[in-house]
Amino acid sequence: MVSLNPVRILKHEAEEDKAETARLSSFVGAIAIGDLVKSTLGPKGMDKILVSHGRNEGQVVITNDGATILKAVGIDNPASKILVDISRVQDDEVGDGTTSVTVLAAELLREAEKLIDQKIHPQIIIAGWRKATQVARDALTATSMDNSADSAQFHEDLMNIARTTLSSKILSQHKEYFSKLAVDAVLRLKGSGNLSAIQIIKKTGGTLEDSFLDEGFLLDKKIGVHQPKCVENARILIANTPMDTDKIKVFGSRVRVDSMAKIAELELAEKEKMRDKVNKILKHNVNVFINRQLIYNYPEQLFADAGVMAIEHADFDGIERLALVTGGEIVSTFDNPELVKLGLCDVIEQIMIGEDTLLRFGGVALGEACTIVIRGATQQIIDEAERSLHDALCVLAATVRETRIVYGGGCSEMLMACAVQSEAAKTPGKDSVAMESFAKALQTLPTTIADNAGYDSAQLVSELRAAHSQGFNNMGLNMDVGKIGCMKELGITESFVVKRQVLLSAVEAAEMILRVDSIITSAPRKRTEDRGHC
Amino acid sequence: MASMPGTLAFDEYGRPFIIIRDQQNQKRLTGVDALKSHILAGRSIADTLKTSLGPKGLDKMMVSPDGDVTVTNDGATILKLMDVDHEIAKLMVQLSQSQDDEIGDGTTGVVVLAGALLEQAELLLDKGIHPIRIADGFELAAQCAVKHLEKIADSFPVDFTNLEPLIQTAMTTLGSKIVNKCHRQMAEIAVQAVMAVADMEKRDVNFELIKVEGKVGGRLEDTVLVKGVVIDKDFSHPQMPKVLKDVKLAILTCPFEPPKPKTKHKLDVTSVEDYKALRQYEAEKFSEMVQQVKDAGATLAICQWGFDDEANHLLLQRQLPAVRWVGGPEIELIAIATGGRIVPRFEELSADKLGHAGLVRELQFGTTKDRMLVIEECKNSRAVTIFIRGGNKMIIEEAKRSIHDAVCVVRNLVQDNRVVYGGGAAEIACAIATSQEADKISSLEQYAFRAFSDALESVPLALAENSGLSPIHTLTEVKARQVKERNPALGIDCMLKGTSDMKEQHVIESLHSKKQQFVLATQLVKMILKIDDIRSPSDGMSM
Repeated sequence: MVSLNPVRILKHEAEEDKAETARLSSFVGAIAIGDLVKSTLGPKGMDKILVSHGRNEGQVVITNDGATILKAVGIDNPASKILVDISRVQDDEVGDGTTSVTVLAAELLREAEKLIDQKIHPQIIIAGWRKATQVARDALTATSMDNSADSAQFHEDLMNIARTTLSSKILSQHKEYFSKLAVDAVLRLKGSGNLSAIQIIKKTGGTLEDSFLDEGFLLDKKIGVHQPKCVENARILIANTPMDTDKIKVFGSRVRVDSMAKIAELELAEKEKMRDKVNKILKHNVNVFINRQLIYNYPEQLFADAGVMAIEHADFDGIERLALVTGGEIVSTFDNPELVKLGLCDVIEQIMIGEDTLLRFGGVALGEACTIVIRGATQQIIDEAERSLHDALCVLAATVRETRIVYGGGCSEMLMACAVQSEAAKTPGKDSVAMESFAKALQTLPTTIADNAGYDSAQLVSELRAAHSQGFNNMGLNMDVGKIGCMKELGITESFVVKRQVLLSAVEAAEMILRVDSIITSAPRKRTEDRGHC
Repeated sequence: MASMPGTLAFDEYGRPFIIIRDQQNQKRLTGVDALKSHILAGRSIADTLKTSLGPKGLDKMMVSPDGDVTVTNDGATILKLMDVDHEIAKLMVQLSQSQDDEIGDGTTGVVVLAGALLEQAELLLDKGIHPIRIADGFELAAQCAVKHLEKIADSFPVDFTNLEPLIQTAMTTLGSKIVNKCHRQMAEIAVQAVMAVADMEKRDVNFELIKVEGKVGGRLEDTVLVKGVVIDKDFSHPQMPKVLKDVKLAILTCPFEPPKPKTKHKLDVTSVEDYKALRQYEAEKFSEMVQQVKDAGATLAICQWGFDDEANHLLLQRQLPAVRWVGGPEIELIAIATGGRIVPRFEELSADKLGHAGLVRELQFGTTKDRMLVIEECKNSRAVTIFIRGGNKMIIEEAKRSIHDAVCVVRNLVQDNRVVYGGGAAEIACAIATSQEADKISSLEQYAFRAFSDALESVPLALAENSGLSPIHTLTEVKARQVKERNPALGIDCMLKGTSDMKEQHVIESLHSKKQQFVLATQLVKMILKIDDIRSPSDGMSM
């Protein structure tokens, strides 16, 4: 009687999927994610509209950036989550190639599914993939070029990389302009790769072409009333100090008085304290004072009297960056003026962008800093432009650090695919099947690029493969005319680091998913109804 | 219900009366039914883990209640994350947990072995053997197997000059995990970490001194062993120097904040003089705090609490770099590593309480602005940190677990240098030994002995199966060779290297770990076999 009852091991609602079912679920999930972002790949890729829900319900984002899309898509399938994670890491690490990495991982799994159907053990597939990855990586390294010795050529490389990255984004119409902008900005960093010195300010209005690179530093703040609007040879004191009431912080202190007169006295004392503080600040011999916190009317008035420009409420990020670019330090006490390092810049002036006035710090001490102002018709365009530009900047910064480059346009994928294929032909054993599938997965990237552009992908990819096997290693897809062409002449280059990272991350993720043979899902935590924000 | 003994009793008039309260609401299983149900539960847990055994074992994907995904191969982790409800299944979970706590490795093996023992026990139960006799038989067999293990154990050279054998062992442990891509490197890191903290005289390794930190980004190949402490913090002021050399650390647990008497009090400001005095006092206090630290000769302040803005700036101005909000365990680790004392009051700070480090620097990663502090070249260099990088959080978590396993194995070898051979070799050898022993026993336990020997073989069977070999065929072949050649180092050739000699393949496990596996699994099975009645509140489902 009892033994016929099912014995339940797991908690109610918890599930365990085994072998075939588990694999099916992860393959389906991963491939679905791959297909989701596939259509955004390449210069002719399409964009997606993401409508957010929850707190900012109805907000629309239009984007082409794989990581942004995947971040916004709510996902339940665990395998898909791995892919989303991998694309986010790619975004964090190198900033670009987020779509490629997802598509490649998904394609690898698609091929793996076929092999599993043929009863090939996952571990054998993984062993084959590892060999293939090594071969592909060697091929990629062998074909990479380093032009860092020749500065003109390197500059051209950077321009090409920026153009290639931007050509798949909304900025492709103005890629020439923005590539120059991005390259200039990155070159100003002088190889430090410190992207925090590049500030991006977004202002709606105007067109994308009105965007510009400013060599100084822009701060979206206003100057206090009656204070100079323009300061030359500015000596800047950057502070993080309360300029409102400046209460006494000793714990438990409070004011208790027995008459109105005493209050007035105290008030006076407070005022005096503030004046002392302002005087101390003025003793630093500064003509600009920037504070992270509020500046109340009274000190503001004092500053105005002294002819000092005072800027309140610069946010923390702004303060840090300002300190970085002007070379000053962030000050909180003012007793030792001789020890304080002041920030210096040639000129501070108000400039108008659209309808807004911004403060411009020109001729700052640290030549690395610069600001890019993006203009555009709608918020969505500007947001997308910022994302695209961020991608380009990241890639360029990565390239400045690791100067090797490879050819884009499906060229390096085909190159790796050919290398893997020829190695597979030499490998005895079942591994070779997996290696072939690896090559096939690599080839789907150029196929997708061609498909997205609306060309005959089968024809183009086979032409490309033929060209590569004949030894024309520079051939890739020219998506402007729908033919294969020499990537060297077309100047379609990509950063070696990005490509390598795409390859390695995609294989890592695919391997991880393939190794799974059962999925155990815990019972979902009971959620109470959300109140307010989520 | 009525068929179950002990639930209903009848008085002399034939009226039933109820002995146990809420009897109808309780679920109850007794006798063989209970045992069978337990065995089923135990086996199904073991079946889940079976495919993760060995270097070619597969992973499991675990989805937590919040939807987070973990991919792992580690038995203990799988069971920990599994939402287990069944009582016996919970016992299995604890079994692997205790193996993890005690040894740190072999968590899958122990569960698989227990599952196999339960399976064998079921067969014996069907033959009509009393569960206690089975349990006793298993116990005897386990003793016999352990004795045999000691007989076949080899001693393993552990010395500081030649780490190679240790690295090989660590590589075996890591072989079954996802990190086997940079196998060798991880193994070296694990061995060096243990060697750095090992106390060779006492043959002891203090795990507190090994910290494993992970940070998303980069590649697994970027994983490094830092001979010092890594803390996930940065300098309190962005403009403090990023690299410090020859540092004297003041380790504080008092905040750079206005003094706060702990007794409840109120401080009334009633006049202008009071106000001014208080203001003066406050300003002096900050300056005094910083001066006290300075006077002690410190060049870096590590503080458990926060800093006031003004104090922070004073620190910068007096060129005293500082780190704030450092967590309790980290503070302790820093104190151990640098040989400093944790000081709870500024007044108590003095030169001899300072720690010393050769180099303190800030690490920066990727395009995101993540920073970490590394304290290196410490006075007491025995504290080490393994710093793992990896493509995503899952890989890092998995790498952490794998490294932990490897570190545990190396530690076990340092503690006890006797080893047996892995790849199922030790199990096969013990299986042969127990089955031979079985023939010498005249009592009923003979059956249990044989069953134990069969159960031992399930480990190499599972290994062979996971490696894509024909399990029975391979096992018989290896077994025959072991008997013929009297070589207990023959095992399953999981990596298809062409030799079954585990000595050549460097597949070794520590004797302690293997012994523990046998003993723990047997104990658990004994315990399960001794349960004959289970009573639980009914969960609404009618029986």
